[in-house]
Amino acid sequence: MNIQTDAPVLALDGIIKTFPGVRALDQVNLSLYAGEVTSLVGENGAGKSTVVKILTGIYQPDGGSILLDGKPVVFATSQDAARGGVTAIHQETVLFDELSVAENIFIGHAPRGMFGLIDHAEMRRKAGEILGGIGAAIDPGVKLKDLGIASRHLVAIARALSVEARVVIMDEPTAALSQKEIEELYALVATLKEQGKAILFISHKFDEIFRISDRYTVFRDGQFVGAGRIDEISEGELVQMMVGRAVDQIFPKRAAVIGEEVLKVVGYSHPTEFEDISFTLRRGEILGFYGLVGAGRSELMQSLIGITRPAKGVSRIEGKITVIRSPADAIDAGIVYVPEDRGRQGAIIDMPIFQNVTLPSLSRTSRRGFIRLAEEFALAREYTERLDLRAASLDTPVGSLSGGNQQKVVIAKWLATKPRVIILDEPTKGIDIGSKAAVHDFMSELASQGLSVIMVSSEIPEILGMSDRVIVMREGRIAAELEGADMTPETLVRHAAGIGVSGAAA
Amino acid sequence: MSALKSRDTLLFGAILLLLALISTRFPGFAAPSNLASVLTDTSPLIVLALGQMVVILTRCIDLSVAANLALTGMVCAMLNVAMPDLPMPVVILVALVCGACLGAVNGLLVWKLDIPPIVVTLGTMTIFRGIIFLLSDGQWINAHEMSPAFTGLPRTVILGLPILGWIALLMVAVMAVVMSRTPLGRAFYAVGGNPRAAVYTGLDVGRTQFLAFVISGTLAGLTGYLWIARYAVAYVDIAGGFELDVVAACVIGGISIAGGVGTVVGTLLGALFLGVVKNALPVVDISPFWQLAISGAAIIIAVTLNARAGRAKGRVILKSAEVTR
Repeated sequence: MNIQTDAPVLALDGIIKTFPGVRALDQVNLSLYAGEVTSLVGENGAGKSTVVKILTGIYQPDGGSILLDGKPVVFATSQDAARGGVTAIHQETVLFDELSVAENIFIGHAPRGMFGLIDHAEMRRKAGEILGGIGAAIDPGVKLKDLGIASRHLVAIARALSVEARVVIMDEPTAALSQKEIEELYALVATLKEQGKAILFISHKFDEIFRISDRYTVFRDGQFVGAGRIDEISEGELVQMMVGRAVDQIFPKRAAVIGEEVLKVVGYSHPTEFEDISFTLRRGEILGFYGLVGAGRSELMQSLIGITRPAKGVSRIEGKITVIRSPADAIDAGIVYVPEDRGRQGAIIDMPIFQNVTLPSLSRTSRRGFIRLAEEFALAREYTERLDLRAASLDTPVGSLSGGNQQKVVIAKWLATKPRVIILDEPTKGIDIGSKAAVHDFMSELASQGLSVIMVSSEIPEILGMSDRVIVMREGRIAAELEGADMTPETLVRHAAGIGVSGAAA
Repeated sequence: MSALKSRDTLLFGAILLLLALISTRFPGFAAPSNLASVLTDTSPLIVLALGQMVVILTRCIDLSVAANLALTGMVCAMLNVAMPDLPMPVVILVALVCGACLGAVNGLLVWKLDIPPIVVTLGTMTIFRGIIFLLSDGQWINAHEMSPAFTGLPRTVILGLPILGWIALLMVAVMAVVMSRTPLGRAFYAVGGNPRAAVYTGLDVGRTQFLAFVISGTLAGLTGYLWIARYAVAYVDIAGGFELDVVAACVIGGISIAGGVGTVVGTLLGALFLGVVKNALPVVDISPFWQLAISGAAIIIAVTLNARAGRAKGRVILKSAEVTR
């Protein structure tokens, strides 16, 4: 059925994109063909989202060219890209609850009638046409808030297609969908192929890559690794291309004396987020948690510190059964969590640095209900100095600090509670390479001082470089627990994506 | 911090300027005895604004303070009519407890049922006024029905200042200590500044907001007795609309409506500014229109200053800019 053409509709040729300190894309190539699905494969940080942003006109490349039908084009704005026929269906498209389906589809480019007013009849007719084209039985007149999640997703797709698309980018479209919705999406992809559209498909799930793609392109660390037809490659070879690098970063992992068991979790289960999670954590150990985005790692950590409670399961701290109902209980029990979104969940930016640092430790710096300012300052100074925080004065609001220094304030805050277990959720996400090394060094130091560290990370080099042991999670369950020589990039990816292990927990 | 201090200085300067302007037309105005009476007149506003400040810091708002004041005042007045010999400390205790309970109702609705504070307190505001009507049958309680001890207490002068003024100063001192030196005061700032981060820090956001409403209610209850006793009359519509003056005092004093930012000193100055405008301008025969215009302008200027302070907190990206800072 495929319309075979030799010339790609859209091609990237030698695209370079640099950000301060990072070369995000280094001369990458990518070709998209009419009526074919091309999967872009790569680890987190391989440069996939940067490519999407270049294709949709959000970023400008620093070198190389974009070729549309063989002719070089410049997508200076996202409107330019839309006019060139490139459209993207994002993971989370912003839709408007109180507007109708047709209005949602055509917002910003609604058909105009007399006096430049919106031609509602025409808009509805066109919306119905687009929805019919993707096989969606949705009335264009109903309000979006009355639709279910799956229908909303179809509206988002219809919105993307409302601009005469020739190239459709799908960035992890199945991440938030149920199995039935995923099947419907596959059918939609087939329809779009028949209409001759070129599709760029981005996914971490190998089963769907092999199921719907015609071609693949692999990136690794911002570089083009290879491309070809999907029926000419095996899963194993693809994984090899994705991760097959010499680990060129040097991780400052020090040998720590791993002592007695500190935390034991048995049978933690949550009705919707994770099931049957059991593991142990020992003194001085760094335990890595690896998995794809949405595997339930952060949700598990949040239940460990009492933000959500598990329906079943027991945790023991130093052998004693401990019930943690709230973050305050967790802090008392010596478990602290440094969240991933440190901007929103970490610092209180209008508060002075010292107050941020001492906030969870105020009971220690108070006597008879009154805070002792001298003790409070001493505590804040001790921990900010340990983290080498550079600030004019501890009186200044956290908001005046740089991002890296704000992060140090958040970590200082948790260390000041003198925890037994520290959970770091994506500790180096979004920070530059220099700061990453500092965070890794610091983590190592904590472990060697006898703290137990749980590190949630989606970056394979970090997981392999820092962890003593790794737990791989997939779809809310523990897929594997790996140690020593078993800890290789291939095994991690295989267990996380569920290749060749068919759900059997190791 | 320095931005906050400078805006306090600015507000203090504005109050002095206002006093100076009034003095040119009424030379005796700046005399200590007259300033003491301005402070006394402003005392109810100061005490209510302190409670409102705590509530606004936690990203809530309490529109029911004036109704709480009126209801608690009515309860105290009826108690006095029924039992004229009850010692005054007991009456004050009743006022505090009654106000705290009414505040707790607001707090519980916000905490346990998760209803937006503006809706909760808009509702309780009306309900409290309704209860006064039910209690009093719409009747006034007048001066001759109250005992001399009841009406005399707020007006008793100690060291040149009536007890009403001393109570306001005492509350300022107490709240200053609570806000800066207790874990609870810190929690109010944390919960308003970043509720999500506060949760991870082990703070219970709802419980903290509940306590803010209880504090606001307690102070409103205290003011209720003082108000009724000072003016020696209690009826349904007493202090009607006063809650808006209270919120205005907080805003002028630099309490951010978005929560997490504000000081006791700022609140005190905001209330004093409004107090001078409302109580002093009529003395020198300035038309009511100008009173309204000045308070309105002050609110807008204060909010503009807040917004600008917020904008200046952007990230410093240029290295050179960081050095020159």
